[in-house]
Amino acid sequence: MHRVIEYRHLGANQHQLVIEAPDIARAAEPGQFVIVRTEERSERIPLTIADFDKNQGTITLVILAVGFSTEQLCELRAGDHILDVAGPLGHPSELENFGTVVFVGGGVGIAPLYPQVKAFKASGNKVIVILGVRSKDLLFWEEDFKSHCDQILITSNDGSVGKKGFGTDALMEVMNSEKVDRVIAIGPAVMMRAVAEKTGKIPTVVSLNPIMVDGTGMCGACRCTAEGKTRFACVDGPEFDGHTIDWDELVSRQRMYSEEEKMVKGENKVPA
Amino acid sequence: MPEQDPQKRSRNFEEVALGYSEEQAVSEASRCLQCKKPPCRNGCPVSIDIPAFIKEVKEKNFAQALGIIKRTNSLPAVCGRVCPQESQCEGVCVLAKKFEPVAIGRLERFVADWGRKNDFQAPTENKEDKKNKRVAVVGAGPAGLTAAAELIQKGYDVTVFEALHRPGGVLVYGIPEFRLPNEVVDFEVEGLKKLGVEFKLNQIIGRTFTLDQLKERFDAIFIGTGAGLPAFLGIPGENLNGVYSANEFLTRVNLMRADRFPEFKTPVKVGAHVIVVGGGNVAMDSARTARRLGAEVTVVYRRSRQELPARAEEAHHAEEEGIVFKFLHNPLEIEGQDGWVKRMKVQPMELGEADASGRRRPVEKDCLPEWLEVETVIIAIGTTPNPLIPSTTKGLNITKKGTVVVDQERGETSLPGVFAAGDVTTGAATVISAMGAARLAAKAIDEMLA
Repeated sequence: MHRVIEYRHLGANQHQLVIEAPDIARAAEPGQFVIVRTEERSERIPLTIADFDKNQGTITLVILAVGFSTEQLCELRAGDHILDVAGPLGHPSELENFGTVVFVGGGVGIAPLYPQVKAFKASGNKVIVILGVRSKDLLFWEEDFKSHCDQILITSNDGSVGKKGFGTDALMEVMNSEKVDRVIAIGPAVMMRAVAEKTGKIPTVVSLNPIMVDGTGMCGACRCTAEGKTRFACVDGPEFDGHTIDWDELVSRQRMYSEEEKMVKGENKVPA
Repeated sequence: MPEQDPQKRSRNFEEVALGYSEEQAVSEASRCLQCKKPPCRNGCPVSIDIPAFIKEVKEKNFAQALGIIKRTNSLPAVCGRVCPQESQCEGVCVLAKKFEPVAIGRLERFVADWGRKNDFQAPTENKEDKKNKRVAVVGAGPAGLTAAAELIQKGYDVTVFEALHRPGGVLVYGIPEFRLPNEVVDFEVEGLKKLGVEFKLNQIIGRTFTLDQLKERFDAIFIGTGAGLPAFLGIPGENLNGVYSANEFLTRVNLMRADRFPEFKTPVKVGAHVIVVGGGNVAMDSARTARRLGAEVTVVYRRSRQELPARAEEAHHAEEEGIVFKFLHNPLEIEGQDGWVKRMKVQPMELGEADASGRRRPVEKDCLPEWLEVETVIIAIGTTPNPLIPSTTKGLNITKKGTVVVDQERGETSLPGVFAAGDVTTGAATVISAMGAARLAAKAIDEMLA
């Protein structure tokens, strides 16, 4: 059992949970994820570790409430418990001094950028962060990012905060004005795909978010085509070369259970 | 042994074999000749004193019978159900030469079930003094549970690390409820907890802790992580929606209870026509599970019935439940529509020369492939060990097939103080062979630490 230490609402259906998980916090590195099962009848869902504090023994999860399982998780408050949290899983991000690194975060994908931004900055990279949101109320952690990067650019689809447009527009501007050595994108598949299509020869890393069950490599639910081969995102990734992803396949596989997801949505919550 | 009617059982997940009544058990036990040099005991990979426990059954001393079994087998309710007794204890029973062998597996199951019904955990009569030494067991499958049971009884402090949220390994995520109810496994695990074994769940060794970190905290390590990495065919269309590995399909149903969706929140998608590819016990389990979820199921196997690796009893049960076998056909391609499986191209095969394993190799027949209409494909062509521990542990020798290299007698790996047994050392094999090897490794750990 893992105690929820803190709950914060991050705007619209975005929620932040800080969870007691000392073993995971101790071992965690940027880029990794956990598998969470809220209670006995819940499914196992993957969530990227958005932040971790090795001294406090906590990890932070940022969750978009989009269906039954994520909604159930987002109803938890400080003092509540999560039945199972397993991790850290997946390969940590490849971290070196690459030169100038641009991070592009979309939606709740903004959150898992944070530990990477801190680590890349600490490794001597010039770090530029682009945060893309639909509108102002969905922007979060802006101040936290500012203290760990050289430049921050905000875009919103409706122009209510930062520049009107997409994260990719800001990325194009950066690429036109300076030499970029690496791009790291985390967000919805359509957004990561758009980034990968714009970066040409610049190495572009994306963090894939397919359906997972165990998260340890024993089932292949999360398989995707990357780097020309079938790979398991949970153990071979979740980060891959964004230029080699079969995006249509990823998006199609993400929708495999859309009918079933509708069936449980809005059902009565946690059984007593 | 009485069984559920095939028509009825193909629509539920309750156990197929209903088990002996007390009268049936006593009557079967009285058939045992009580051999002076019993071959059955040598046929058992964990050397249960079979005549001794059967004698107690005959005299209705069921608690004593369970005590005798538990001396060498920590999972009798499991083994009585899933062991291939025909090629082990029962295969060498002297009665087998002229008559039916004594139904040792069914008697073992009866005794274990009696213990569970009466909430009777066998006494730990051979428990030795505390040794104040700590052993880490990695993996809570049949090998890990056996090693833990042996070591706790020898007086060691035992901690089991398990990656999933429930102990049991393949016994809880793989073998279906209708062959082995998960509550049977839970009861055995509870027994180990009562003996003092500590279980740490959701801990992925190689990630949450490395093996080297465990070595700092424990006097010895036992690796029983199995062979859980599924193989795929490598044919076009394999990543279409509707294509599952058997591991994923069975995990969704057995561990996550997708058969009870939406009460349980993990979904599973099974179309009207399901093809299972493969011929082992896992293929049979997948086919029979899909049948219970309402599908018409065809098993496609590239060799003939004679080469079927599944137990004859399992294939027979599958056929009784209406599963169709398409022997001598090999999948070439899966075709989709809108991202979903639509049909599968299969090539008719014939048997050629024997290969290195002595089995006749399937070769393509000189004829055109066929197309089969299908909505769900389950790939059950085998598994290999998970590379996580080898890839994060320096100096642990592995073979080209990814199995951990061990000394056959002692289960010792290339790292001092680190032992391994079960599928991680052999590749996918049987529950009982993993348990037998785990007993030897536990003995070697005891010899090393004593």
